[in-house]
Amino acid sequence: MNTLVLIDSVELGLIYAIMALGVFISFRTLNMPDLTVDGSFVLGAAVSAVMCSNGNPQAALGMAFIAGCAAGSVTAILHTKLKIQPLLAGILVMLGLWSINLRVMGSKANIPLINKATVFNLLDGTTIEAYATMVIPATIIIIIMLLLFYFLKTELGLVIRATGDNEQMVRAMGVNTDTTILVGLAIANGMVALSGALIAQYQSFADISMGTGMVIIGLASVIIGEVIFGVKSLLRRLIAVILGAVLYRLVIAMAFELGMPPTDLKLVSAVIVTIALAMPVIKERLMTWRKRKTNHQGEVRKSAEN
Amino acid sequence: MLKIERITKIFAPGSINEKTAIDDLSLTMNDGDFLTVIGGNGAGKSTLLNCIAGVFEVDAGHIYLDQKNITFSPEYKRSKYIGRVFQNPLSGTAFDMTIEENLAIAYAKAKTRGLKPGIKKAEAKMFKDKLAQLGLGLEDRMYQKVGLLSGGQRQALTLLMATIVKPRLLLLDEHTAALDPATARQVLHLTRQLIKVNELTAIMVTHNMKNALEYGNRTIMMHEGRIILDFAGEERAKVTVEKLIEQFSHQSGEILDNDRLLLS
Repeated sequence: MNTLVLIDSVELGLIYAIMALGVFISFRTLNMPDLTVDGSFVLGAAVSAVMCSNGNPQAALGMAFIAGCAAGSVTAILHTKLKIQPLLAGILVMLGLWSINLRVMGSKANIPLINKATVFNLLDGTTIEAYATMVIPATIIIIIMLLLFYFLKTELGLVIRATGDNEQMVRAMGVNTDTTILVGLAIANGMVALSGALIAQYQSFADISMGTGMVIIGLASVIIGEVIFGVKSLLRRLIAVILGAVLYRLVIAMAFELGMPPTDLKLVSAVIVTIALAMPVIKERLMTWRKRKTNHQGEVRKSAEN
Repeated sequence: MLKIERITKIFAPGSINEKTAIDDLSLTMNDGDFLTVIGGNGAGKSTLLNCIAGVFEVDAGHIYLDQKNITFSPEYKRSKYIGRVFQNPLSGTAFDMTIEENLAIAYAKAKTRGLKPGIKKAEAKMFKDKLAQLGLGLEDRMYQKVGLLSGGQRQALTLLMATIVKPRLLLLDEHTAALDPATARQVLHLTRQLIKVNELTAIMVTHNMKNALEYGNRTIMMHEGRIILDFAGEERAKVTVEKLIEQFSHQSGEILDNDRLLLS
């Protein structure tokens, strides 16, 4: 793999890592399969592209985050107040967002940002100008990770984490789980939208279909991170998710290098996640199989001795 | 301090599975009472606790805690005044979080939770001291996940979590039923000690008649959603398990054939 591709993949990985941390909050912390992600990612990109076109690339990131929070809140309300299953609530919001995203983009399926200022122009004129596309995502992801780490250890953060473990206990501790789910899903989707906003500015366009399969990419990053870098402490888990997102990009880049057609990308993503999800079962089967084999050998030996 | 006025709870009303779990039940408790509740399967013991805790809304009647009508207040609001320990040792704690984090969640019970750090230094020290008082060595495992603890250790921790902020009422729903006899005894002793030290008002549901008479200062027996026996004071001191069984047959017109009640 040449260096340029390598650097590109790391840069993309660092930006997608924000989305992966969002998926980590909903899938792992809240233990909720939230499919809003596919829609909120595009929502972030759409808001970002429109505001960049109007010359507000920094404010665009903040607005994208807020818009994502709103999308996540709607999913949370559908689930907690209207008792719709989380999976279905997410799909409903994702579906609705498709129309909303088109409205945000002014009924255009694609907004190009050629020659528009983005946050990646912030370092123009400084000595590290050439490294802006690496320095800016790296700075943002480190800040976000530290903020998230602090937040998950606050009074509110603790009960959000406990909600994913045991809702009954959280209610018995005087906390409204409707609220913890709302805050959790809002922040998760806010981060997903922020990631979409940065991607739009990074690749200089926003597209209505850029979010398809995003939740699976996020989940793949989370699982790759967990498998390779461990789940021991909270900080380690967060770092693992970020590294997982980067690693996922590198794997995909490698597959492209080996001649995989870009159209096969989604299939490869689906297969990676399937294998990762099946890991525990495969491990168990393997153990049983080994046990049986050694037991059998023992019996054969015993009968031979007799 | 707790006043239950003629409450009724019907599950699946109008359906073929309709069941009156609580039937026109009234109960008044005074400050410092430690009430034990016995009864067969389906007598309504757990339902009664769940109605008090707000897990179920009652279909009729009223519940007052400290003269405040809490009949329609949601579960999480009541939980600020009510401590609970469940039968299932998995129910009372967050398994993927550390002992210290679980205690911090419990300690913040009365507060509005914001963006302040969840665990403060001074509190961590206090948690450690309280854990040491349990005598289970948990004070050296503060940073371990609760998922690693045994059932008995979890129930002890849940008890501590339910009482670390003094509740107005402590509800114990067969909290030793899932434990082995030796551990159950240990947890029961701990329960009595915590109730005594903190001068708590408590209701303990149990399937063990001996325990029901041994612990607390008042015992009620439930049958088909009603209270059929109610002992306190001297009268209770004279009651034996045999007398209880005899009384049950007399009151309910049925022979007590519940193995779980008789064998324990």
